Amino acid sequence: MTSYPEWWKLVFGRFTFEALPLHEPILVATFAVVVLGGLALLVLITRMKAWGYLWNEWFTSVDHKKIGIMYMILGVIMLLRGFADALMMRGQQAIAFAGSEGYLPPHHYDQIFTAHGVIMIFFVAMPFVTGLMNFVVPLQIGARDVAFPFLNNFSFWMTVGGAVLVMASLFIGEFAKTGWLAYPPLSGAAYSPGVGMDYYLWALQIAGVGTTLSGVNLVATIIKMRAPGMDMMKMPVFTWTSLCTNVLIVATFPILAATLALLTLDRYVGTNFFTNDLGGNPMMYVNLIWIWGHPEVYILILPAFGIFSEVASTFCGKRLFGYASMVYATVVITILSYLVWLHHFFTMGSGASVNSFFGITTMIISIPTGAKIFNWLFTMYRGRIRFELPMMWLIAFMLTFVIGGMTGVMLAVPPADFVLHNSLFLVAHFHNVIIGGVVFGIFAGIAYWFPKAFGFKLDPFWGKLSFWFWVVGFYVAFMPLYVLGLMGVTRRLNRFEDPSLQIWFVIAAIGAVLILFGILCFLIQIAVSIIHRDALRDTTGDPWDGRTLEWSTSSPPPDYNFAFTPVIHDHDSWSDMKKRGYQRPLAGFRPIHMPRNTGAGVVIAGFATLCGFALIWHVWWLAALTFVGAVASVITHSFNYDRDFHIPAETVLREEDSRSKLLARA
Amino acid sequence: MSRSQNHAEPHGEHGDAHGGPHGSLRGYITGFVLSVILTAIPFWLVMNDVLGHATLTALVIMGLAAVQIVVHMVYFLHMNGRSEGGWSMMALIFTIIIVVIVLSGSLWVMYHLNANMMPSDMHRM
Amino acid sequence: MAKAAAQVPVSNGAPTFYVTEEEHEHSGGSTMLGFWIYLMSDCLVFAVLFATFGVLGRNYAAGPSGADLFDLRLVAVNTGLLLLSSITYGFAMLAMEKGRQAAMQGWLVVTGLFGLGFIAIELYEFAHMIHEGATPMRSAFLSSFFTLVSTHGLHVTFGLIWLVVLMRQVARRGLIEANRRRLMCLSMFWHFLDIVWIGVFSFVYLMGVLK
Repeated sequence: MTSYPEWWKLVFGRFTFEALPLHEPILVATFAVVVLGGLALLVLITRMKAWGYLWNEWFTSVDHKKIGIMYMILGVIMLLRGFADALMMRGQQAIAFAGSEGYLPPHHYDQIFTAHGVIMIFFVAMPFVTGLMNFVVPLQIGARDVAFPFLNNFSFWMTVGGAVLVMASLFIGEFAKTGWLAYPPLSGAAYSPGVGMDYYLWALQIAGVGTTLSGVNLVATIIKMRAPGMDMMKMPVFTWTSLCTNVLIVATFPILAATLALLTLDRYVGTNFFTNDLGGNPMMYVNLIWIWGHPEVYILILPAFGIFSEVASTFCGKRLFGYASMVYATVVITILSYLVWLHHFFTMGSGASVNSFFGITTMIISIPTGAKIFNWLFTMYRGRIRFELPMMWLIAFMLTFVIGGMTGVMLAVPPADFVLHNSLFLVAHFHNVIIGGVVFGIFAGIAYWFPKAFGFKLDPFWGKLSFWFWVVGFYVAFMPLYVLGLMGVTRRLNRFEDPSLQIWFVIAAIGAVLILFGILCFLIQIAVSIIHRDALRDTTGDPWDGRTLEWSTSSPPPDYNFAFTPVIHDHDSWSDMKKRGYQRPLAGFRPIHMPRNTGAGVVIAGFATLCGFALIWHVWWLAALTFVGAVASVITHSFNYDRDFHIPAETVLREEDSRSKLLARA
Repeated sequence: MSRSQNHAEPHGEHGDAHGGPHGSLRGYITGFVLSVILTAIPFWLVMNDVLGHATLTALVIMGLAAVQIVVHMVYFLHMNGRSEGGWSMMALIFTIIIVVIVLSGSLWVMYHLNANMMPSDMHRM
Repeated sequence: MAKAAAQVPVSNGAPTFYVTEEEHEHSGGSTMLGFWIYLMSDCLVFAVLFATFGVLGRNYAAGPSGADLFDLRLVAVNTGLLLLSSITYGFAMLAMEKGRQAAMQGWLVVTGLFGLGFIAIELYEFAHMIHEGATPMRSAFLSSFFTLVSTHGLHVTFGLIWLVVLMRQVARRGLIEANRRRLMCLSMFWHFLDIVWIGVFSFVYLMGVLK
């Protein structure tokens, strides 16, 4: 590094050729595959002359449906990356016994478990959840788009920007080696001087801006844009949980942003917030990050609860049992989620009074969650249950989530937590609730709404195969970790001395492989469904005999969603409309006012991502330039007043006529 | 709540730009005068050490700040329970609750942590 | 969409399931609420900074304390400037209500000048402190002080940039609805910053010099 001249530092900052991980065969191979795959994709797109289409119809689109789908695609791509990390960890821990060091050296292994956590939470679960909310909520409330369509596009690209930075860290430099929440002082400049932590900080900061703004957007959408007649207590449950989730996003992501900003200042400016010297206090970081971190898990799980509620009432053919109690439970969880954060660091030493308070609040929060489980059970009771794929996910979820919830209550007991803290028991617990809750929920949601988004159902055979691999794989992979945790094995270890533990890790690795098959079957399911799309076609727009408004329009819905804004009289409004002889309007269409596509979101987010990259590598001139570029493009965009247009009545008539023909065929 | 929200919407749709809550000259002047007074008192208390008792002064400052925040909310931001069908107020109340939790929670947690984990001679480091 | 809200109930036994009367829908009906929600989220950024100051604000690390550093007369002047800018922005809004564009622009200029004065004094204060060795790196107290106060200052700076952009847009297009909406958003932003400043001068400066 010393051989680089002064001007090099000025131009390229910290970047040197040693930062390219050419000495890591695993990374070089990955890089080669990614480059080849990427090139193939680029060539394919160019060959198909699809660039203009992608840019005009997708990248610059302000249509909430397309943005929602793009979020889902981002989630799938990042799931593959995050799961590759998981497989590598399981492989390492299964073989690194009794003197064997495995195949991952500690500095690489540490990056992998950090990247796995960061990616799975921020770039898999969050995009999936945001994507589903984006796609479904406006349809469920009878709106034509979200409140701020341009902002929606911008938010998406900021999330992509964060994901791009995380992916870039794989091949240029390194990623953080600190664990997914990057506690200082380990994550401070003294102990993590490299670029890895800076990748972490800027990736999360940039993606966080996107998440916060999309939260603001969806809250405003749900409050202001509901169809006439839809009171709060007539909102579909998924919309309710989305509202609460986005309220949580708006009220917690700024806390994350501020906390990470303070750590960034510590690293870049040399301030002393979380250092060991000059009055800094690393524990303050732990305190602040969990004030965000705990609501975050509810941000993920609440939409899943909403999905399961929709699935339960649809596939049991009756109203959700205890709608009002479901809503109140959701609201109570929203508030209570702010009062439990200390249970993540009982062992930090705040003493008995503080620990008891937070232990008790944690146990209380399981009550509304339990109420929800009973609501779903009673919805099934005497229902005409159809065991379609979403319903199967619901049942797997209820069984799995209850186990995860119970181990959670165990961890909520402070004395027990002193034994279990940072053990594999904890790891098993949160995977139990996140996979058993969030991931199962997302898969249920995908299976449920896929026909709405694309106009054909997903292939049930491969879906069921994926389901069974996932569910069985989950139990095989994580039950051993409970056992290991109870035996006192701590998390994040890269090798072990006691050979008697090895069998459990081998079983867990087998479970991970089963989950791999689950993911592969899911991908095959999508491919097979696309190939057989004509046989799986949904011409009715209502393939499941649905109960909420999104099923009243065609599959896929037209750009404007609803030719006429629906009027709501009851909850389960589409069910109500069907029962009372709703006639689809066939004439009298008017021009529809819609927002216009714009590339500004891509440009601004692009500048922000480049700025983050420059800051990571201390390329100050580029950082300044891109920052000015971002601000300038925001200002330029604000001078554009021509942001909407009207879809002419003839186009609406044409769209609606073609739907009439489809319906006649059905 | 939800009823009134729906009734508010006919105005809400495009009325916000004209029909939203607005101050009057009187309102702004009243707010301004009140704020000047509420700002001047704590400065005067501290700069001249009027009360001669730090804790008491701190409490008075906090109280006056709270009052002044309300004054600004009412006279400058025109907060009331009706704008946006009550949602602005709802958002504000929720935010205040969270802000209070973040502030008091952090202080409480960290105070106990320091009391338990720091040897007393290091406490003022 | 909105019009129909009043006519939701069933008419003559046959329920209506969609709205046919759907004249001019205006985009931007949600802007004020959306912006308010954004401000609420900004509140939480400040809540974290205040909490950090509350926890670390007495960790002087044998360095200077607030009592050693703060010049309350300067803070009083600054508070006055911000308060004045708040009321002049209010006057600008009143002028906007009456459609008096020139008067409004005038008041906005005055507001901007007060804002600039505020930033200038704050920068002077910072420069003075840093010159005396009280840098943000010196102690946790100073780290949290500088961060809290300058985050507020940065918000004011962005408010000023926004103000200039908006004045240009009003000059170009007049007081059209979109511009009125934007002016009202900036108004909320500006008054919100004033409220944060109440917290700063009370909690940081005044209580900081108390022994």
